Amino acid sequence: MKARNRELFALIPASLLLAGGFAAVFIQSKSKISSLSLSYGAIFLGLCLAGHIVVRLTVPDADPYMFPLVAVLASIGLVMIYRINTDLALQQAQWFVIGLILFAATLVFLRDYRKLERYRYTIAAVSLGLLLLPRVPGIGQQVNGAYLGVRLPGGVVFQPTEFAKIGIVIFLASYLRDTRQVLVQGGHKILGLNIPRLKHLGPLLLIWGAAMFMLIFIRDLGSSLMFFGGFLAVLYVATGKVSYPFVGLLLFSLGAWFLGTHVGHVHDRVDAWLNPFDPVLYNRTGGSYQLAQSLFAQGDGGVLGKGLGEGMITTPSGGALVPAPQTDLIYAVIVDDLGLTGACGVIACYLLFVARGFKAATMARDSFSTLLAAGLTSVFALQVFVIVGGVTKVIPLTGVTLPFISYGGSSMVANFVLLALLLLVSDRARRPA
Amino acid sequence: MTRPIVRLFALFTILFAVLVGFTAKWTVFDAKNLRDNPLNKRVLLEELQIDRGTIFAQNGTVLAKSVKGVGKSWKREYPMGDLFAQTIGWSYPARGIPDTGTELFRRDALLGKSDALSAAFGQINGHKKIGNGLKTWLDPEAQRVAMRDLQQAAAQDGTGHGGAVVAMDPRTGAVKVMASIPSFAPSDLNAARTSTGSPLLNRVTQGQYPPGSTFKVVTAVAAIDSGKYTPESLVDGSNGQPFSGVPLNNDDNGDYPNVNLTDALTFSVNTAWANVATSLGRDTMTTYMRRFGFDRKPELDYPADQMLPSGARVKGTIVPPTDFNVDLGRLGIGQDKLTVTPIQMMEVAAAVANKGVLMQPRIGDKILDPDGQTLRRIVAEKQSRVMKPSTAASVNQMMQRVVDEGTGTAASLQGIQVAGKTGTAQIDPAANVTQPWFIAFAPANNPTIAIAVTLERSQGGFGGTVAAPIARDVLEVLLRQAGSTG
Repeated sequence: MKARNRELFALIPASLLLAGGFAAVFIQSKSKISSLSLSYGAIFLGLCLAGHIVVRLTVPDADPYMFPLVAVLASIGLVMIYRINTDLALQQAQWFVIGLILFAATLVFLRDYRKLERYRYTIAAVSLGLLLLPRVPGIGQQVNGAYLGVRLPGGVVFQPTEFAKIGIVIFLASYLRDTRQVLVQGGHKILGLNIPRLKHLGPLLLIWGAAMFMLIFIRDLGSSLMFFGGFLAVLYVATGKVSYPFVGLLLFSLGAWFLGTHVGHVHDRVDAWLNPFDPVLYNRTGGSYQLAQSLFAQGDGGVLGKGLGEGMITTPSGGALVPAPQTDLIYAVIVDDLGLTGACGVIACYLLFVARGFKAATMARDSFSTLLAAGLTSVFALQVFVIVGGVTKVIPLTGVTLPFISYGGSSMVANFVLLALLLLVSDRARRPA
Repeated sequence: MTRPIVRLFALFTILFAVLVGFTAKWTVFDAKNLRDNPLNKRVLLEELQIDRGTIFAQNGTVLAKSVKGVGKSWKREYPMGDLFAQTIGWSYPARGIPDTGTELFRRDALLGKSDALSAAFGQINGHKKIGNGLKTWLDPEAQRVAMRDLQQAAAQDGTGHGGAVVAMDPRTGAVKVMASIPSFAPSDLNAARTSTGSPLLNRVTQGQYPPGSTFKVVTAVAAIDSGKYTPESLVDGSNGQPFSGVPLNNDDNGDYPNVNLTDALTFSVNTAWANVATSLGRDTMTTYMRRFGFDRKPELDYPADQMLPSGARVKGTIVPPTDFNVDLGRLGIGQDKLTVTPIQMMEVAAAVANKGVLMQPRIGDKILDPDGQTLRRIVAEKQSRVMKPSTAASVNQMMQRVVDEGTGTAASLQGIQVAGKTGTAQIDPAANVTQPWFIAFAPANNPTIAIAVTLERSQGGFGGTVAAPIARDVLEVLLRQAGSTG
């Protein structure tokens, strides 16, 4: 079967998942099956088909599994958000449509994505600018001590980090395409190590500095880890040397340790992470309540979960119980409803997506494409790790979104652009010569 | 650049495996710890969302029901008010106080957690928010009479002190009446907590009273069943005989130098029974008390925390009659260090009534599914064989004499033979404060009801004058119902 037809058929289970999911939520909340769930499934399938047609026309040789995997993740997200708050689900559906439109636009207008290289410094500058936006007085917004959002006119909160991550990967891929040889061969030898010239190392140090800067100014461990991890991943792929990411990680750890011990709210997060059930931390504003509730919700889920819509996110009288269930803690709600089984399914979807992303990277015929695909995939995987790891107490909990599942327009749109770029790389790589 | 990418993918696979591992930790391995965490209110909040099953009396009267609360929550109401307050207890999870009484003992069933099969099914279909119902053996009409009589007796006395009535079918252990005054309104626990007289105490299972002469039934059973005595055996009932070096008197200083056991019971001759207990010895008395259920908590379907054992107490702990601290002679007539619960004395009467076999008392009859259909019967269980049927028949005869012509004539019923035994323990002889008792069963030839009645700190009341009339009234209601239903 041809690649595009495989993609087409793979979209059907995603739509059925959505229809089934909505049906389950309807049954739970109103004790009756509504034909509305089928309508939603049909609309979703229609949207996916529209996306599929654009893919078919613009990138006919691209990987056939990535788009259906995203459709599955998005359908899980829509069902979960609907089950949490029907109004938000409607907005999320609109963001899904806008994401699809930008996805299509990227595919159409960036068919030769390599022309992005020409603007790499502009892209780098814009990305760094985006990262600093939340600190601009008047529009910047502080949530739990971290500066991650920008309030736009009309009350929409824009999360620039979601877009900045793509821009920075584009810059890195382009820059390292040029300098990887010199970074590998090096200039001077000090203590048996190849130390590249400062003019090649400079921009990399700048990135490291930027990550530290972000840590300090955005004050968010999670997004810093995502950016810096993505940077190290691209650097490692470009040079093939373990010493770069190793030294980088060491430097990052130093920075993180400094922040964890010196910056109040980061310190609180680390404290809450280490002792989520400490009654003092639990009751403190910005303390461990969120993490503790996340773990309690997961504990309730068990192996099979309580069933869609059955997990408890509010008290019986309608009071708040699980904070930020539609964004930060959506993974915990999934585990409560669908159990370990459902969580494994979600993680497996992400892992498959990551595998296809790296596959595209290995198949690419030029260094820029390889580095771009590997970098975007790494950043995507790190984002999943940072939020799921935070919710499951692997690392301190910070507020990044679960790609394609969490409620949020910026995340949905940015990740659709990320998907489009990966498909573009994949298409060029798989195109018959 | 392929090798670094493959390695990178391996790294992310490991990282994702860690995520799955941690999710498994919280959902499976640590799930119980998380649920038990004191900060975790989910278990409680879930309980609030369960439509806890209804508790019914035997005649279908609703004793406890759930009504819609705020949002998705439910709350408990007790339509009978203070009638069964201690017996049914309460369940107010929203207030953060633990359940009590039958609400606590039948908690799992009422919350729908009783059987593994339906719990597993609930896990799959996700709907298990309706609990099962409970049908009890309790009889509101007889209970009402018991409460009314107790309150009247306490009021007449002018003391306003407590009292208790407990009645069951000796053949099955079905508890029909469990009345304890003062009672309280389950809707206003604050008032109950602050009011005097300890209304929260279930005096049937937690009262600690000297049994007085009702205990002579235990001594009589031990005497006849051990083969050492017959109802016609003659014993020395002279007034003022010393026991443990202290002279013991009979009521009104009655002198019965040569009295048979039947008469000794009929006229409640202290010295005669003290002699019997002494000659039976500590081991025999211990054996029979234990068969009746003394020295341990009642085997009732009721929370252990709300029950106390009966027996001889030294410094607050129960000791068997084999303990040298126990004055065996006075123990045999219900004095000395002996304190008992009303339900224990009711069980003494029940064992005699049921031809020597004591059935476990039980409040619950059956578990009902949410549609009211029987899910599971709570089967009658034998607690112990206390005595031979022949012994039971002899003691039955002796107890009939008590009601016919002895101290318990106030309990006699028109047309129905009652067997019983009075008791009047001296609480404070100087102030003439007594603990009147009456234990009984009827109809004597084929008993269907066993009963115990007692009142706290009566102003000189006797078992025969204060307690026996209450027993008569309650027996009358219960026997009339038994007659009308078959």
